[in-house]
Amino acid sequence: MMLERAAVVAMWTVTAAVVLTLLAPLAVTLAVSVSASSVFNLPPPALSSRWYERMLRLRELWPAVRLSVGIAAVSTVISLGLGTLCAIAVTRGTFPGKTALVTFMVSPLMMPGLVVGVALLQFLREIGLRVTRTVLAGLSLFDFTLVEAARTLGCSHPRALVKVMVPVLAPAFLTSGLFAFLASMDNYPISIFLVDARHKTLPILMLQYLEENPDPTIAAISSGLILMTIVVLLIADRLVGLRRLADF
Amino acid sequence: VSTAPASLSARADLVLAPPRRRLQPVALLALPGAGYLALAFAAPLALLLMASVISEGRPTLAGYRTFLADPFSWTVMANTIRSAGLITLICLVAGYPAAFALARAAGLLQAALLAALVLPLSVGVVVKAFAWTILLRSDGVVNRALVGLGAVDAPVRLLFTESGLVLGAVNVFLPFMVLPIFSVVKLIDPRLLDAAATLGSSPLHRFFRVTLPLTMPGVIAGVAFVFSMSVSMYVIPTLLMGDRFKTLSVLIARSFLFMRDRSVGSTASVMLLLIAVAVVVASALLTRRWQPSR
Repeated sequence: MMLERAAVVAMWTVTAAVVLTLLAPLAVTLAVSVSASSVFNLPPPALSSRWYERMLRLRELWPAVRLSVGIAAVSTVISLGLGTLCAIAVTRGTFPGKTALVTFMVSPLMMPGLVVGVALLQFLREIGLRVTRTVLAGLSLFDFTLVEAARTLGCSHPRALVKVMVPVLAPAFLTSGLFAFLASMDNYPISIFLVDARHKTLPILMLQYLEENPDPTIAAISSGLILMTIVVLLIADRLVGLRRLADF
Repeated sequence: VSTAPASLSARADLVLAPPRRRLQPVALLALPGAGYLALAFAAPLALLLMASVISEGRPTLAGYRTFLADPFSWTVMANTIRSAGLITLICLVAGYPAAFALARAAGLLQAALLAALVLPLSVGVVVKAFAWTILLRSDGVVNRALVGLGAVDAPVRLLFTESGLVLGAVNVFLPFMVLPIFSVVKLIDPRLLDAAATLGSSPLHRFFRVTLPLTMPGVIAGVAFVFSMSVSMYVIPTLLMGDRFKTLSVLIARSFLFMRDRSVGSTASVMLLLIAVAVVVASALLTRRWQPSR
């Protein structure tokens, strides 16, 4: 009995520490972004919106945001499309080499992004394709929660399929689309090799800015991203529920 | 990225499904995706592999010989694997109890815990790594907490040290350990443990003979995921350690972006790739081993 009580206490202590450390970086970023100080003092000596004003004056920011959002949107749409087709094929079809195909399809997720980026860069140089390279790169993040979605469609009649497809698939589309979008927005390792000096994605711009002038402007940009994420998650929670988002 | 454990378990299921060999038209739906991945993922990697063993039109292992003969390469690989191992271990020790707490919690508490996991997961790694540079400063929050708890007498140097790197990385990767374990813990029937207790099994015995084996698939998925992300992380060491700490990723980025040394870069890339493939294969084999027989 003693042992079990100790285990329960230990479990909740560890969990509290985990939650605290998980939220600490986000809280610190928000606190620094509203600080009047230009060094990262905590707690902020006085409140100020100067870093947000500075962020809005940052000329390079908006093209980077547009580029990142554009890339993320295009690769999310295409990977949802291709991913759904694959998921249906894999769950409803039986064919030789199915296991091998699934292993192949999920393998990009486990491969180092940096290596994929390097390989893509050299490959595209080799075949002379330049235009859509970042979009191409973002697409390697296939989403296989859709397999589960298609599995629920398992044995339905083709006609009923269309009728039930939209309502059944909608939550899966939303969650995998959401994560595909966020992953694509944040894709530093692949995009560092594939963008040029004129076209910077948001993570690349942020890292460069941090190296050149480390001031809380970067905290303001980060806070913007955090708040955006919170809003998106709240909407997703309303639509499908948080439990489903965390469904691994 | 965030759904790899799902893919792991999905894959494990499919591995176990009895193979039936007959081509159905519906299988053709996989063609666009497979074709795309072949072109944008497999072909470039194959090319990279080729480039690492071909020099001036002739096959050679000279690149690997030079790489492996250099003690520096071994330091880099040791750094990579040691830090990744440490990060994975800490994530497991902290994440395993947290996954149980998440499964035991109910209602509002569970929603709050889930939110605390999913929100950091959705925020970009550049944002989080930047926040850790603030947290780890000598007058930062972590140091003040350590002094306050009496763990250290004076603030210690954390930023630009391996401890700081491990701490920051653990934080970024923790949700990827907790969520896969949670997904198996919540499926465990509590009556199994009651049954074991009724049969006179001690708490420790129950944990090692019932709970732990049942959660192994989640543990394997979490470990595989955190480890493979840790060996290939780039943004976190760049921000928290700078250039002094060399990992394979840092070496790869430097040799392509700054040194323009394709030979070292592609050899190091293949090494990193081999580690990643080893993790995938090992986790697939282990998952199959631990899957309850049906």
